[in-house]
Amino acid sequence: MTGQFINGNHDGFTKESLLRAIPFSEFLGVRLNLAGDELTAHLPFADHLVGNPMLPALHGGVIGAFMEIAAMAQLSFKEKFNQIPKPINVNIQYLRSGKPIDTFARAHLNRVGRTIANVEVSAWQDHRHHPIATLQAHFLLA
Amino acid sequence: MTKTDFSEMFATINSTVPYIRALGALFDGADEEGVTMRLPFRDDLVGDRDTRILASGVVTALLDHCCGMAVWHAMNAYQPIATLDLRIDYMRPAAPASDLIVTANCFKITRSVAFVRAFAFDTTSEDPVAAAQSAFMISSPTTRVSARP
Repeated sequence: MTGQFINGNHDGFTKESLLRAIPFSEFLGVRLNLAGDELTAHLPFADHLVGNPMLPALHGGVIGAFMEIAAMAQLSFKEKFNQIPKPINVNIQYLRSGKPIDTFARAHLNRVGRTIANVEVSAWQDHRHHPIATLQAHFLLA
Repeated sequence: MTKTDFSEMFATINSTVPYIRALGALFDGADEEGVTMRLPFRDDLVGDRDTRILASGVVTALLDHCCGMAVWHAMNAYQPIATLDLRIDYMRPAAPASDLIVTANCFKITRSVAFVRAFAFDTTSEDPVAAAQSAFMISSPTTRVSARP
């Protein structure tokens, strides 16, 4: 969180102000890395994120929430929103169990209309092209 | 074992799940309608600091977890399960600073897949905050696997 990102001065959120606006993202420990207007969300592993202590594995709800935040953040940055977009519906596919290590997510904006946006997110751990989960969602913008 | 027997373990099972403990979510009963969980409101679980409304991700977690418990409730046994997919419709924001209640019902279970429907609400189930539909993979019981040479 050095504030050295490129798009820090637009009218919408900075990554710091966005995370502050969503207290739950701080509960999870989400970090945001911006390269231009492309965002990679980073979820460092923490003990409280475990859903299956036997394996151990991340809780499915952690991965889902993390991908939702990645989608909201990417939308907010690219479209310079001053308000956090609200999810209308989300569809999550769990592809692999989340290992007790850091997780990353990147969102792709399929379509951003005047009131609704369609977003796809992919979350991975070891390899960018071996996603542990994917999400498709509609967000309400207005 | 009667239908309600295994659900007596739910509070104990939940107490071993770090994320559920961190959220402060509680098992709130099980019957033929399914499983109920309750999440007492907390300020650090808010999705919008200005409105004090619970984050959608918190609703996601509770729905996912409650759906899983509904599968165990329907099997009336513990078997390893994994969420295949989860679809959530957010109908309206939860009321500011209010608890969240989730009910989940496993309405169909086959040898390897279970189908679950769930609702989240703040005051009455007639006016849900969110609805979910999910599918779970059911693994073979570990005892059967380990019994093989």
